[in-house]
Amino acid sequence: MSPDGFAVTATDLVKVYGTGDSAVRALDGVTVGFRRGRFTAIMGPSGSGKSTLMHCLAGLDAVTSGRITIGGTDLTRLRDRQLTALRRDRVGFVFQAFNLLPQLTARQNITLPSEMAGRRVDADHLAHIVDVLGIGDRLGHRPAELSGGQQQRVALARALATRPEVIFADEPTGNLDSRSGAEVLGLLRDCVRGLGQTVVMVTHDPSAAAYADRALVLADGRIVHDLDGPTRATVTEALGLAGVR
Amino acid sequence: MPPADVARVGAAGLVTRPLRAVLAAAGIAIGVAAMVAVVGISASSRAGVERELAAIGTNLLTAAPGRTFTGEAARLPDEAVEMAGRLDGVTGASATGRLDLGVYRSDLIPAGETNGIGVLAVRPDLLGPVGARPADGAWLNEVTRQGPALVLGAEAARLLGVHRASADVRLWLGNQWFVVVGVLAPAPLAPELDTAVLVGWEAARSLLGFDGGIGTVYVRTDPDRVADVRALLARTVSPAHPNEVLVERPSDALLAQEVTDRALTGLLLGLGAVALLVGGVGVANTMIVSVLERRAEVGLRRALGATRAQIRTQFLAESLLLSALGGTAGILTGAVVTWGYAWSRGWPPAVPGWAQAAGLAVTVLIGGIAGLYPAVRAARLPPTEALAAP
Repeated sequence: MSPDGFAVTATDLVKVYGTGDSAVRALDGVTVGFRRGRFTAIMGPSGSGKSTLMHCLAGLDAVTSGRITIGGTDLTRLRDRQLTALRRDRVGFVFQAFNLLPQLTARQNITLPSEMAGRRVDADHLAHIVDVLGIGDRLGHRPAELSGGQQQRVALARALATRPEVIFADEPTGNLDSRSGAEVLGLLRDCVRGLGQTVVMVTHDPSAAAYADRALVLADGRIVHDLDGPTRATVTEALGLAGVR
Repeated sequence: MPPADVARVGAAGLVTRPLRAVLAAAGIAIGVAAMVAVVGISASSRAGVERELAAIGTNLLTAAPGRTFTGEAARLPDEAVEMAGRLDGVTGASATGRLDLGVYRSDLIPAGETNGIGVLAVRPDLLGPVGARPADGAWLNEVTRQGPALVLGAEAARLLGVHRASADVRLWLGNQWFVVVGVLAPAPLAPELDTAVLVGWEAARSLLGFDGGIGTVYVRTDPDRVADVRALLARTVSPAHPNEVLVERPSDALLAQEVTDRALTGLLLGLGAVALLVGGVGVANTMIVSVLERRAEVGLRRALGATRAQIRTQFLAESLLLSALGGTAGILTGAVVTWGYAWSRGWPPAVPGWAQAAGLAVTVLIGGIAGLYPAVRAARLPPTEALAAP
C-alpha cells in the first residue's frame, strides 16, 4: 500500500528499442500516477507508445530508465522471479484477443493464476465475481464454446479473482461487436465503482475512453493530454490535436 | 506444482495435437521396439538352446582318430568301443565308420553328384548314445543290418526326396540297390548323422568293402562324470597312441554357435540405438515446433504469473511424457515381436526385465535431453514478444 493513494506510479520512463542509428524512443520521459479506485484510459495513434507504456507499467517489459511502482513496490529493482510473482499476485490482465487457454474450462482459466501460485481461490469471492459478470452458467465450458463477449467476461473474472492492485486492459473491446463491447466496458466501470478496483485501459476508440474517469493521450512517447471526465467529443478533439501535431 | 498437475499440463499439449504426438512417439517406439526385440530374441534363442540341451543332454563325448606324427590318418584299435564302454562313468558307447562312397536316387545318376551325402557304417547300438530316434520306419534290426538296407539321416532324406521308409524305396549305393527301412529325426548332438545314410556294420563289410576302421566313437556318460570320462577317453580308446585321438563334446559346439550369435546381437542393438537416436531427434523437433506454435500461450502464462521454471517444467514434462509414451509402446511391440518370433521358432519366449527397464530408462533420458533445449527456449521467451505472436 502506497501512502499517497496511488496504485501505480511512473517516473521519467524511457524505453528505447534497438541501438545506434536504428534506436527508437518508444517512451520519452513519461511521468504519471494512477490513483486507486479509478478508471483510466490511455489513448493515442498507432506507434504513440501506448502499448509499450502498458507493458512497462505491468512489468511485462523492462524500461531503459525511470522508475515504476505498483502498490509501493519498485518494479525496476525486481529480479525476474519477483517480477513474475508480482504480476501473478497484484496485477490483472485483460487482452484484446481474450487469451484464454483453449484446453482449459472457463473455471480453470479463471483460477489459473491462483493455481500457479499454489493457492486456493476464495470461493465466496469467485462466486461474487461470477455473479456480477453473469457467467455462472458458463463455467464448465471451454473458450471455443463461448461467444466473444462471454470469453472477455471470463478473462475479466480471471483478472479480478486474485484481487489485484491494478487491472491492465489492452484494447479489451477490439475483437468485440459494439453491443458486447459496451457490456464489457460497463462491467469494467462497475468493477471500479462497485469493487473499488483500479483499471488502466489502452484503447484507440474514443467512445470506449468515454467510460473512463480520466484519459491520457500519448504521442511520440510523451503524454500530450490529460483529460478528467473524458467524453467522446473531448477525446476525439484531443486525439485530433495529437494527430496533427 | 504437484506432479499430477505437471503431468496434466504436459499431457494437455499432447492431447491438442494427437496425430503429431503419435508420430513423434512412433519414432521412439520403433527404436525401443528394435532394441527390446533384439535382446528378447537373443534371450529366447538362448533359452531355446538351453532347453534343447537340457532335453538331449550335454553328456555325449566323441572320440575320433586324428593324424599320426608322420601326418598319415590314424586308426583306432578295433576294440576301442568295447574298451570305452568299460570305462567308469560311461553308460553307453557305440561307433560309426566312414565309407568313401556315394548314394544316388537311381543308377542313372552320374557318380560324384552325391549332394554331399556321406555313407556311414554303424554299430547296432548307435541310437542310445547319440540320442537319435527314427522319425519314420525302423532302426536296423538283426536281419536288415546284414543286408542291403539303410536308414536315412533327416537332412539326407530331404536332399534325396525320400520322406517315408518303404520297401518300395530303393537307393543306388555301391553298385547295388539298398532298401530304405527308416528315416531318423534330426540328431542335434550328432549333426553328421543328419547328412548321411546309415548301413549296418556287417553289411558294410560284406557288401561294400568296408575295412572296419572306426570313424567316430560316441560315448554317453553319467551327467556328473563328463569331465572324468573326457580326461581318460583318449587313453582308453587308443592306449598306444592317445595323442592321435580327437576328443570332443558336441554340446560345446551348440553353445559356441550361441556365442557367435551374440556378436550379431551387439550389431543389431547398435542399429536399434541409432533408430532410438533418430526418434529422439524427432521428439526434439516436435517440441521445438510445439514451443513456436504456443508462443502466445507461453506469453499469457508468463503474464499471468507463471515462473520460468514452471514454463520449463511444462515443456519438459510434455517431452518426457511423449517419449515415455513411445517407450512403453516400443517395449510392448518389442515383446510382441519377440513372442511371435520365439513362437515361430519353437523357443520359450523370454524378454529380460532388465531390457524393459533399460528401454524405459533410455527413453526417459532421451525425452529429457530432447526436451531440454525447447523447454529452456520457451522459458526465455519475453512475455511481450510471446503475447504479440498471433
